[in-house]
Amino acid sequence: MKYIDEYRDEKVAHGLLGNLQRIATRGWVLMEVCGGQTHTLMRYGIDELLPNSMQMVHGPGCPVCVTPLEIIDKAVALAERPEVILVSYGDMLRVPGSTTDLLHVKARGGDVRMVYSPLESLKIARENPTREVVFFGIGFETTAPANAAAVWQAQRMGLKNFALLASHVLVPPAVRMLLSSPVNRVQGLIAPGHVCAIVGTRDYEALATEFHIPIVVGGFEPVDLLEAILMLTAQLEEGRAEMEIQYTRSVSAPGNVRAQRIVAEVFEVCDQKWRGLGPIAKSGLRMQEAFRAFDAEAKYDLHDIAVDEPTECISAEILQGLKRPTDCPAFAGRCTPESPLGAPMVSAEGACAAYYHYRRHEAVSLVSIGGN
Amino acid sequence: MCLAIPGQLVAKSEAEGILTGRVKFGGISREVCMDFLPEAEVGDYVLVHVGFAISRIDEEEARKTYEYLEKTGLVDEELAAMRASDAAAIPTLQETVVELKA
Amino acid sequence: MATLSSLACPMPIAVNTHIVLGHGSGGKLSADLVRDVFLPAFGNPALNRLDDQASLQMASGRIAFSTDSFIVKPLFFPGGNIGELAIYGTVNDLAVGGAEPKYLSASFILEEGLPLKTLHQIVKSMSDAAARAGVSIVTGDTKVVEKGCGDKIFINTSGIGVIPAGLTLSASLVEPGDHILLSGPLGEHGITILSQREGLELGGELKSDTAPLHKLAQAIIKASPQARCMRDLTRGGLSSALNEIAASARVGIEINERSIPVRETVRGACELFGLDPLYVANEGKLIAIVPASESSATLAAMRLVDTGSESTDIGVITEAHAGLVTMRTALGTMRVVDMLAGDQLPRIC
Ligand code: SF4
Repeated sequence: MKYIDEYRDEKVAHGLLGNLQRIATRGWVLMEVCGGQTHTLMRYGIDELLPNSMQMVHGPGCPVCVTPLEIIDKAVALAERPEVILVSYGDMLRVPGSTTDLLHVKARGGDVRMVYSPLESLKIARENPTREVVFFGIGFETTAPANAAAVWQAQRMGLKNFALLASHVLVPPAVRMLLSSPVNRVQGLIAPGHVCAIVGTRDYEALATEFHIPIVVGGFEPVDLLEAILMLTAQLEEGRAEMEIQYTRSVSAPGNVRAQRIVAEVFEVCDQKWRGLGPIAKSGLRMQEAFRAFDAEAKYDLHDIAVDEPTECISAEILQGLKRPTDCPAFAGRCTPESPLGAPMVSAEGACAAYYHYRRHEAVSLVSIGGN
Repeated sequence: MCLAIPGQLVAKSEAEGILTGRVKFGGISREVCMDFLPEAEVGDYVLVHVGFAISRIDEEEARKTYEYLEKTGLVDEELAAMRASDAAAIPTLQETVVELKA
Repeated sequence: MATLSSLACPMPIAVNTHIVLGHGSGGKLSADLVRDVFLPAFGNPALNRLDDQASLQMASGRIAFSTDSFIVKPLFFPGGNIGELAIYGTVNDLAVGGAEPKYLSASFILEEGLPLKTLHQIVKSMSDAAARAGVSIVTGDTKVVEKGCGDKIFINTSGIGVIPAGLTLSASLVEPGDHILLSGPLGEHGITILSQREGLELGGELKSDTAPLHKLAQAIIKASPQARCMRDLTRGGLSSALNEIAASARVGIEINERSIPVRETVRGACELFGLDPLYVANEGKLIAIVPASESSATLAAMRLVDTGSESTDIGVITEAHAGLVTMRTALGTMRVVDMLAGDQLPRIC
């Protein structure tokens, strides 16, 4: 497949590694923000290939993982109502709330359906005029425009039985929080390419200046990531701290203006809680007044239920690169993708889950295998 | 986060005020919403996320970068050969950085 | 003038174009169904007697016995339908045990309202499939559930086959150094079904790989006298089969990503929905584990059978990391190939 296969080429990858080996004089600590990039690093074992002491820290960029427990509980509560058809992305169906997940609600008779695109939920609403359709839409800046487009279309079509239960998070405030931490070790940042395809690169230029840290907007294939790592290392070795784009085939400085416009029309910035990180100011999106009729939280008068995260989970330290998933005493024992204790074990993209799926051969001495 | 896959736009149409396109991914194709990318033309490669085309792939840019990347792979092979014959041939950090930026 | 027969109640089977509860009553409608639908398709001496049991002549020795139930949505898909799945599923379970499949039972749970035409079509393809697999359907049953209590049609088949004297195949025989042979590209059945549900348009070449594997299995046994075991790759895909073997034989398994064939169509769908072809279902693929000394001859023999023409050698059994399956990636690194807890769901991130 064009634009995929050539970016998995072994020769090119090893060429980049060779260059990296030559220029890296120190064990730089780099962070990939996005879970998709974490997934690629783990799946291809790229971090194993890096020159000795270089280290990748896996950032908070998995929208499934950081969706707060309370919102999942709200989705579960809605799905349990007989009049409701709860529609969501496949990713969200297995994510446990504080008591259960959506697949179990479905098994007990709830009408839970999976879609690939938010527009399909509009179709379901039109085909079921006597039912209430709630689309449980989550995501970062990349997915927000599609979710916004669904709400916008619903209004245009005059759909009365459609609402959005939304959990949208914004990357830059979370990155700012991690970089401002007194214990921060991250020296260079791979910014999420697909987020930047939508929002452009301005925020990341600002972050590079503010924290005097090199930032490279990277793609998602192995060659993309290796090139991004090489570009960051070159900046660090030369003492530069700039925003550069590696993923030039898909990212331009202004981003996708049309997508930005629909997000601005439907949503407004708000404070947001992140599972694993806690509340972060101005790091989320909620519906504008004009679209409140489609806001599931307002429509169904859902109240916040305060839920505590298990104390055992060391996800905050993992997201800051202070510890690795395998350092967590619960890893692969009490905490597995089937019954996660914390955010990074929830989706395949979370750092702990990625280690669990792809890296257990390293942890074999730590846990007994085949016994779970 | 956001799984987005490049595919080739093979047809465009409009239904109920929504601009749609058929995009080919390997051996399959699927309808996607083109509302965020009305300027894309049949034949273009577009990046698709949750059924929406979100950016057009800049083929010229991709070609240029990839040529450079391939050269890197090649250079590395040659270097490996050189290193085998003459350890002193390994470029210094400064030389490599210049080469990378070129 | 009315004749006697025109005054009688019309023949129900002639009027009923759909399954009604009476078809499962054991009464006249049931008998009609057997006479008009099942016997014409499956008829053979053992079945035609319509006794409560089939009486079968078997060679002495060991027999293999297997059962499986089939539910699939949609019932008809490119490359097959639920009827073929029901025959080949059980045939393949027998075949990978080294048995020559002989006799099958077929039980139907029909939902009230199922068009008789649909049942006819399914039964017809079961009969064709049975012929292709060289098995007879010798006993069967039908029940009808009320509308809403089933999903059109569920089929259970059980089957018996004869195991050649002296042949033992078992995961416990697997030894470090053995080779793993895969009979062809992965994921075609699973992706075909997914694409029907997700409204994907498939390129011309993609269809379910539904096929009987008895000939391929026999060819493997012939080419590899010391073959250790075979598995057909159904739900859970290649990964589940390998993980089961690694766990039960307490060995490690190392496969090579590059040698695992996946078609462009399957890859496209997997990339789009974030799925891994190693976990996608197949209905006409198997793996065989054979000693290294017999692997190339076995591979050559597999490639001569139509259902194995794209066979490859995908990896080896190792002493290291017992219980774990690892894969050498396209970049030359190693990663674990995990067993999934549930079905893979399409994902957006
Ligand atoms: S392994 Fe589980 S408990 Fe430990 S940090 Fe990761 S998510 Fe938290």
